[in-house]
Amino acid sequence: MLEINCPWCGPRPEAEFRCGGEIPIIRPTPDCTDREWAAYLHERTNPKGMHRERWLHVLGCGMWIAAIRSTINHHITRTGPLAAPHDEASS
Amino acid sequence: MTSLRLDAGGSMIDRARPLQFRWGRTRLAGLAGDTLASALMANGESVFARSFKYHRPRGLLAAGLEEPNAIVQWQEGRLTSPNLKATTLELHDGLIAAPVNAWPSPQFDLLAANGWIKRFIPAAFYYKTFIWPHWHLFEPAIRRAAGLGLAPVHPDPDSYAQHVDQVDCLVVGAGLAGLQEAASLARQGKKVILAESDPWPGGAIFGPAHDTERAQANRLAAELSACPNVRVLLRTTVLALQDDGLVTMLERLTDHLPVAQRQGPRHRLWKLRARDLVLATGAHERPLVFDGNDRPGVMLASAAGQLLERQAVSPGRRLVLAANNDRAWDAALALAMAGLGVAGIMDARTAADPARVAVATVLGIRMEFETVPWRARGSRHITAVETARIIAGGAARPTGTAIACDTLLMSGGYSPVVHLHGQAGGQLVWHDGVQAFLPVPGALPCRMVGAAAGDGLGHVRPVWHISADPRRPSAKAFVDFQNDVTAADVALARSESFRAVEHLKRYTTLGMATDQGKTSNINGLAIMGGLAGLSPDTVGTTRFRPPYEPAPIGAFAGHRVGQLLRPVRRLPAHAAHASLGARFEEYGLWERPSCYPKAGETEADAVFREAAAVRAGVGLFDASPLGKIEVKGPDAANFLDRIYVGRVSTLRPGGCRYGLILNEHGIILDDGIVARIADDHFLVGTTSSNARIVHQHLEEWLQCEWPQLLVAIADVTQQWAVMNVAGPNARRLLEGLACDIDLDGAAFAHLGHREGHVEGVPCRMQRVSYTGELSFELAVPSRFALALHARLLACGADLGIVPFGIEAMMVLRTEKGFLHLGSDTDGTTFPDDVGFGAPVRLRKDDFIGRRSCLMPEAMRPDRRQLVGLQSVDGTLLPIGGHVLGKGQDRQSQGWVTSSVNSPALGRAVALAMVCAGRSRHGEEVVVWNRGGTQRARIVSPVAFDPKGERMHG
Ligand SMILES: [Zn+2]
Repeated sequence: MLEINCPWCGPRPEAEFRCGGEIPIIRPTPDCTDREWAAYLHERTNPKGMHRERWLHVLGCGMWIAAIRSTINHHITRTGPLAAPHDEASS
Repeated sequence: MTSLRLDAGGSMIDRARPLQFRWGRTRLAGLAGDTLASALMANGESVFARSFKYHRPRGLLAAGLEEPNAIVQWQEGRLTSPNLKATTLELHDGLIAAPVNAWPSPQFDLLAANGWIKRFIPAAFYYKTFIWPHWHLFEPAIRRAAGLGLAPVHPDPDSYAQHVDQVDCLVVGAGLAGLQEAASLARQGKKVILAESDPWPGGAIFGPAHDTERAQANRLAAELSACPNVRVLLRTTVLALQDDGLVTMLERLTDHLPVAQRQGPRHRLWKLRARDLVLATGAHERPLVFDGNDRPGVMLASAAGQLLERQAVSPGRRLVLAANNDRAWDAALALAMAGLGVAGIMDARTAADPARVAVATVLGIRMEFETVPWRARGSRHITAVETARIIAGGAARPTGTAIACDTLLMSGGYSPVVHLHGQAGGQLVWHDGVQAFLPVPGALPCRMVGAAAGDGLGHVRPVWHISADPRRPSAKAFVDFQNDVTAADVALARSESFRAVEHLKRYTTLGMATDQGKTSNINGLAIMGGLAGLSPDTVGTTRFRPPYEPAPIGAFAGHRVGQLLRPVRRLPAHAAHASLGARFEEYGLWERPSCYPKAGETEADAVFREAAAVRAGVGLFDASPLGKIEVKGPDAANFLDRIYVGRVSTLRPGGCRYGLILNEHGIILDDGIVARIADDHFLVGTTSSNARIVHQHLEEWLQCEWPQLLVAIADVTQQWAVMNVAGPNARRLLEGLACDIDLDGAAFAHLGHREGHVEGVPCRMQRVSYTGELSFELAVPSRFALALHARLLACGADLGIVPFGIEAMMVLRTEKGFLHLGSDTDGTTFPDDVGFGAPVRLRKDDFIGRRSCLMPEAMRPDRRQLVGLQSVDGTLLPIGGHVLGKGQDRQSQGWVTSSVNSPALGRAVALAMVCAGRSRHGEEVVVWNRGGTQRARIVSPVAFDPKGERMHG
């Protein structure tokens, strides 16, 4: 069980969290093509190594937070408040 | 009978406190401070078990949890634990235990015939012989013959606690190294937990330095127990070291007490994180691999040393030591100093530690170097050991001499206990001096000290197996005692190309079961390496996986058993329903009335009567579990426009509306009523099971996608109880209440939302209808639920009010063709499939899931669509029954989703999802269920009151 440092609550056990997958995922405008929409829904980078993702502190403060986790050993090197997706993409 | 208890010594036993216990059918006595193993030895027992595969008689090998042979079942009444080790089972008064895998007793075992035909049962025999497709024919007999203890038949009567904590330092192991480390950390003022598997601190202390080391251990233990910042946990085994330094450990709280004295939980499972983690886990001694090394009377030197020091028990009266290192000598010297006969020491090396040699000389012990045991003589117990010399190339040449003895102590070197380090992903490196894998420091949040780090293990001469030809290991020399794997089995695996250690393990079963190869793994992989000309570090180890030691499943379940596994939520008015004779069932984690049967009524009768009463007069339904989520803020309307299929911002305060919530894939997530309380204040109603899911859905989109919107969300589901008054007389009933809300149909029309007071209590009232009748939902703070319920029943008495349950509600809504999420929909249902295509098409602005509804998959013309089904003969259609065409095409075209007997229509009605169903009204189909068929006609889903006039009342 990982220990996740919630920026609002401090280090808490993984069991209090729910992983929400990769960030940032940019939501296309409704006039996008079917292909673009399908990619937004289903395609993820799935890297070997550092992975930016969001976690919900569901049994804690109820906030979504950002984390950087290695998919090799699950070690979370950094957590912080979640930025808006476009800010996240440009950061 | 060779083993005995000495008249003096034994640092752990209390000779004034004798304890009675039972071993199988035999009544025996031991002392406080005994383990089952030491007590049996004190009683002269030398055969503890029969081996797993060949049912060979086996004695004690080790003194701790690495013991592979003495596996026992403890059982007192309904309390039982299989596969305990006699070496770690503390004796208590009245203890009852029996050997596993021996029938009828370890002394006389009928299955020992397996040993006579041993040459027919080599490694992987079962894999090769009893193969598919006939395995099922052999399996029962094999399972009876093999296997360890018996799984309990009854639920575990014990309770188990769990504890989550953090601490500055955790020291694992209270041997001398661990005690010293804990004391030094404690003196720095750190908060320390010291965890020790044994019931005593000190670890393995025996030999010439015993007195000073024991005194030092006692002094440190006393110092630590007096420190307020130190917690010493005895009988506590660390099972796992996992992600981010998470330690799981099992504290055995009551196992050592007589059953009658036990109170509270049996075990406590710790989940602990420590900033500083020190592993002082010691080392396990390895057996020597020679013919007959599994005979009762052959045991590890350290085991004899510990039994002597702790319980003053000696395994025999005439002992021989065979070793390849200095440390093992201490056991033989300790036994000799205690007055027992040591008939000789043989050492594979050319010389030994001069100090120990000097002591042995003084004690008059015969010593032979470059000598190893060739063969243990004797069957039920050893009588002598034949010796051999190691010659060039590692071959052994028997000397032709034998030393008479009743006990052979052996030591093939030591394996540091690196399991936790390995579990956490730590690296190991082979050390040629101590002939063992040592932990590589760094990278992990833990450090290892003492024997676990290889300290004090001296210089070991490797003798991995003893045979005349090193390329042909013996089939009588055992490597893994628990699984009956011999040196020849390792060679067989290699010759059949199972050379990787993980393959070796699975093919031969080496290192499996309860001890996970604690005494056998290194010998096995070194023999494999020797045959291949590889050093042990090239061969590598199998993966270290938790748990280090087996633990009862109950410890992991903790309090989450029985009712607490999944707590049931009760309605605030539960007591009122119970007194009305409600039958309760679980619906989406809530215990709710399914119906209220009267005396002599079947459940179906009751449901039918209740549904009819609502249509004819008035009924009362407890709708409290409906989800209620407040959404408030300047951007609330804008936010909800993005959530619902239909626009919410066009709603006027005081109004409410039915809406669908989709996920981004366009699939229906929930449906319900959204009410506008004020310009910036909404109440989102959800289905009873989805309150939490919808709340999380709203929060996720607000926080992650539109954090700029000024909106606050709160789930108030359990703050409000909801009573639904439905039926043509609903308004007349409410007019009998003290109420400051104008109930007149013109002032408060269908789909209105009002806030006011009923009987002086704050009330949110909605004109919404899931029954199709005139209907009011009254929400009051939950604490007033019982009062409101009673008041409504009293006011409705003259009108013949009938309380109705979920099943009658399902009848009424099915008659009306109203959706029930999860019954009529599933994880593939788009809005258009259930008749809500128009609201999607009408919206030109974006909302969650809209774009997915425009994908080709969502617009296939042959998608399954919600329809009504009417059986031709008027009988009930089976829910889940498949809809087939009338012709020869037997392909399923959909299925029945809801089906009830309708009192209002006097026949059965059903809803179904059928391919292109909306364009097929009037078509006759066949409903197939479990081989039977019924004819049915596709009709409109709205079977009753198709114009929807009744709910306007
Ligand atoms: Zn938090």
